[in-house]
Amino acid sequence: MTELSLHVLDVVENSIHAGATLIEITICAKVKNDVLMITITDNGCGMTNDVLEHVTDPFFTTRKTRKVGLGIPFFRYAALSCGGHFSITSHPGAGTKVEADFSLSHIDRLPLGDITGTMYTLITCNTQTDFVYIYKIDDRTFTLDTRQVKEILGGIPLNTPEVLAYLKEYLTENKKIVDNGYIL
Amino acid sequence: MKSLEELKQIRERMLSQLGPRNESDAKIRVVVGMATCGIASGARPVLLALSDAVQKKGLNDVMVTQTGCIGLCQYEPIVEVLEAGKEKVTYVKMTPEKALEVVDRHLMRGQIVSEYTINQYIK
Ligand SMILES: Nc1ncnc2c1ncn2[C@@H]1O[C@H](COP(=O)(O)OP(=O)(O)OP(=O)(O)O)[C@@H](O)[C@H]1O
Ligand code: FES
Ligand SMILES: [Mg+2]
Repeated sequence: MTELSLHVLDVVENSIHAGATLIEITICAKVKNDVLMITITDNGCGMTNDVLEHVTDPFFTTRKTRKVGLGIPFFRYAALSCGGHFSITSHPGAGTKVEADFSLSHIDRLPLGDITGTMYTLITCNTQTDFVYIYKIDDRTFTLDTRQVKEILGGIPLNTPEVLAYLKEYLTENKKIVDNGYIL
Repeated sequence: MKSLEELKQIRERMLSQLGPRNESDAKIRVVVGMATCGIASGARPVLLALSDAVQKKGLNDVMVTQTGCIGLCQYEPIVEVLEAGKEKVTYVKMTPEKALEVVDRHLMRGQIVSEYTINQYIK
């Protein structure tokens, strides 16, 4: 993977397969502290301790179509290989939380990349799932909560062309304001 | 900062039109494989190109969506076109450019772009 936002997409796919109805994705940078934190929390089926113990091992998966699971090991490696941290906690029946942090200035850190593309893909392809997306740099922040969007829309589906166009604009423009010229 | 206020106007506009469209109205489903291997080999830009083009060209009976593993890692990114009453068409090793061709030729004109289908690879 060439961007952290691709890892985010991949890790959230796990949440979706775990049957999550609500997924919270937080991208939070503190420039002064030289840190970028990525947190993904879901209310999916969760994992037992036994599964959790093996989940960072690339030769573990519960999928049936391939012998190895790569998503979590890849993301963990992306963090650890540039002096960052990685953790995953999970409770069966309650959900899972994946956290990674990175040193912003580390030369080997992957760029965040097209996080807007990741969020847009997730939101528009999984209209049954709700997402809370928080994007924050220092004290500038914006949020998109699809539960609010759906409430405003009443019965109109999220993937109506007009709504899709609006959501893309919302994500793009607000990110630009929060970035304020800074590239994560 | 952009607020969700504008969504209310979109809603009013939509309601005054023919009434909300239903997802099940879609006659053609275009599905992109989004397992780790798909994502790593470029599925996200392919999906974004597809949904952009479908929106821009106003193809209201086409729905672009994602799925997990399709089971053909070495051919990712994979795009499947599913249409009731027709055989599934599987496009492999896709790029955003190839995806746009599929929109023009297959989704708009109904001609399968056979150069990009899996049959070209596993003869
Ligand atoms: N959020 C989650 N909720 C429940 N189970 C999870 C979650 N994330 C991972 N798992 C479990 O851990 C396993 C390994 O995940 P990982 O992403 O590493 O590989 P995978 O999803 O099986 O395959 P790949 O990501 O390579 O396509 C999964 O098969 C699943 O059983
Ligand atoms: S894991 Fe690659 S297609 Fe399924
Ligand atoms: Mg995975």
